[in-house]
Amino acid sequence: MTLSLRALLGATALAAFGSAALAETTITVATVNNGDMIRMQGLMDDFYAKHPDIKVEWVTLEENVLRQNVTTDIATGGGQYDVMTIGTYEVPIWGKQGWLVPLDDLPASYDVDDLLPPIRGGLTVDGKLMAAPFYGESSMVMYRKDLMEAAGLTMPDAPTWADIEKAAAAMTDKSKEQYGICLRGKAGWGENMAFLTAMSNSFGARWFDENWVPQFDQPEWKATLDTYLHLMNEYGPPGASNNGFNENLTLFQQGKCGMWIDATVAASFVTGKDSTVAEHVGFALAPDNGLGKRGNWLWAWSLAIPASSQKQDAAKTFIDWATNKDYLALVAGKEGWANVPPGTRTSLYSNEEYAKVPFAKMTIDSINSADPNAPTVKPVPYVGVQFVAIPEFQGLGTTVGEIFSAALAGQKTADEALAEAQAAVADEMTAAGYIQ
Amino acid sequence: MARAVTPQRKAVTTLAAWTVALLIFFPVLWMVLTSFKTEASAVAMPPQFLSADWTTANYAEVWARSDYPRFFLNSVIISLGSTLLGLAVAIPAAWAMAFVPGKRTKDLLMWMLSTKMMPAVAVMIPLYLVFQRLGLFDTRIGLVMALMLMNLPIIIWMLYTYFKEIPAEILEAARMDGASLWNEIVHVLTPMAIPGIASTLLLNVILAWNEAFWTITLTTTKAAPLSAFIASFSAPQGLFYAKLSAASTMAIAPILILGWFSQKQLVRGLTFGAVK
Repeated sequence: MTLSLRALLGATALAAFGSAALAETTITVATVNNGDMIRMQGLMDDFYAKHPDIKVEWVTLEENVLRQNVTTDIATGGGQYDVMTIGTYEVPIWGKQGWLVPLDDLPASYDVDDLLPPIRGGLTVDGKLMAAPFYGESSMVMYRKDLMEAAGLTMPDAPTWADIEKAAAAMTDKSKEQYGICLRGKAGWGENMAFLTAMSNSFGARWFDENWVPQFDQPEWKATLDTYLHLMNEYGPPGASNNGFNENLTLFQQGKCGMWIDATVAASFVTGKDSTVAEHVGFALAPDNGLGKRGNWLWAWSLAIPASSQKQDAAKTFIDWATNKDYLALVAGKEGWANVPPGTRTSLYSNEEYAKVPFAKMTIDSINSADPNAPTVKPVPYVGVQFVAIPEFQGLGTTVGEIFSAALAGQKTADEALAEAQAAVADEMTAAGYIQ
Repeated sequence: MARAVTPQRKAVTTLAAWTVALLIFFPVLWMVLTSFKTEASAVAMPPQFLSADWTTANYAEVWARSDYPRFFLNSVIISLGSTLLGLAVAIPAAWAMAFVPGKRTKDLLMWMLSTKMMPAVAVMIPLYLVFQRLGLFDTRIGLVMALMLMNLPIIIWMLYTYFKEIPAEILEAARMDGASLWNEIVHVLTPMAIPGIASTLLLNVILAWNEAFWTITLTTTKAAPLSAFIASFSAPQGLFYAKLSAASTMAIAPILILGWFSQKQLVRGLTFGAVK
């Protein structure tokens, strides 16, 4: 063999070795379009510096489209995604089906014990963490301090529904298009039913008893719906049955709502640059009725690995980076503490810098007051605060949401709506085999 | 004898036509205007027009956040590819149905049309599994095939209608002169049906360009077209209307321009045979 041929073979072997060492694993991450997720996409240089062998491709979709796509993919074992952004509703159901890869071997530096207990509890199935929380949220009261002051009222830190009605009445001036309270009315399991289910917990209502019998014919649901309809009909904005999160956000930012009870993540919007009332906003816990449960929900957008992924190690490396304590510090360093994804780690709320963020304390207090395993006063056979973690709930929640939204629009009375909801849910649960 | 059109009648007809045209065009106009507003201005009530805060920042942000050229290229390849492939299948099929119909041709045509009445979601899982087994996820060829099959009934129906207007005697004459089947379709039938084929092509390019259900379901990153680009700017929490409008304007602009330049051809093709 000539020298030049040997040299050529040697160079080829080196090149092959080199390219193998630099071989990239590309993972596809499906995510929702929200500020925290978009911010993460802008901080990927840090990930690539630490993991040059992994490339991340993003699929950003609207929440409902994302849910449809990832559900289809995971149920058929499609394998299109290596990391999925899913909510606390999907995790218990998919975890039990064996569709998710347990995250029980994350490195010690991940400090899994630092995760907030209510959030971790909602993402754990059979003692194994099935998804890593990226950001967590609850719901709370956002109110106009200036209007309350003008009415001679003070909002308690932990108001009752009676306090809310009193404040709503005092702040309503329909001649100025100023409405005492704005609540979700748009039909949907994640829209009006998220609010109403959480609200019903504070009235002691529940979706099902221990035998999966629907409970809409019980006085607790009657009290919940009567209070909701009374508040909205007397002090709410017109056309409220079409209002979801974004519609109410717009109304509040334009100074047309005295109070708004919704996701804690809204705090940064109502105090942000697009808000005309930013300097007048106060926060309080979601209301209660003295029964030991508040009307707030618990939700976390979390990162999970579908069992069909062929690149689980790289996916796990990415999830570790995106949800560990170092990531929070990275965001704080680049964009300030107010922009750190909230609601996932205990250490964030013991950080003195983060404590200065105006809505930090109310967010953690709200999250800690929700228990997905014991959401309401009486015992229930399901997990979930503002939802019931069974596959049938998306359909059931939307059906009942449409009925209650029609009641808000004045198309039926509260009694008619509750009777209709009871019949519809009983039929579905019988057909699904829950009720024998 | 044609009836004389009075100036008053002409004025009323013109006014009615302009009113309908403006009503149809208004949502597109509003979308374009919204794309140049700030998010706060885009959702202001009452809606702002002259007093709005105008900005081009939405376009800058949409451009910075997404790889628009890649989405655009995918849209061009998928819409043109599916239409051309569809024409290649549909021209012989429509020829057979128009000039050598069998006893069941009408039933076959109705059956093909009936498949378009089925909701797309009904075949989502079967198609998803087919794509999985054949490794077609997130590939342009997969989407070209899927959209071609989705639009094939419309393509065949349109071509069948145009072909029926062509006298069969001309094709017979060509046959008697010794033309093969290939020559009959390619060199005799096709040139005579050019207006119909052109309008079928344009309409199906537009249909494929605007298709959102399958393009979003069957793609992730590599083959995702502009429909997926738009979907990434809708948000459940937070204001997004101005950015979504900017993304939508960028997505429809190419097809709007194509439609504008080819409108004569489109109208000619769509009204072909309407008046004898």
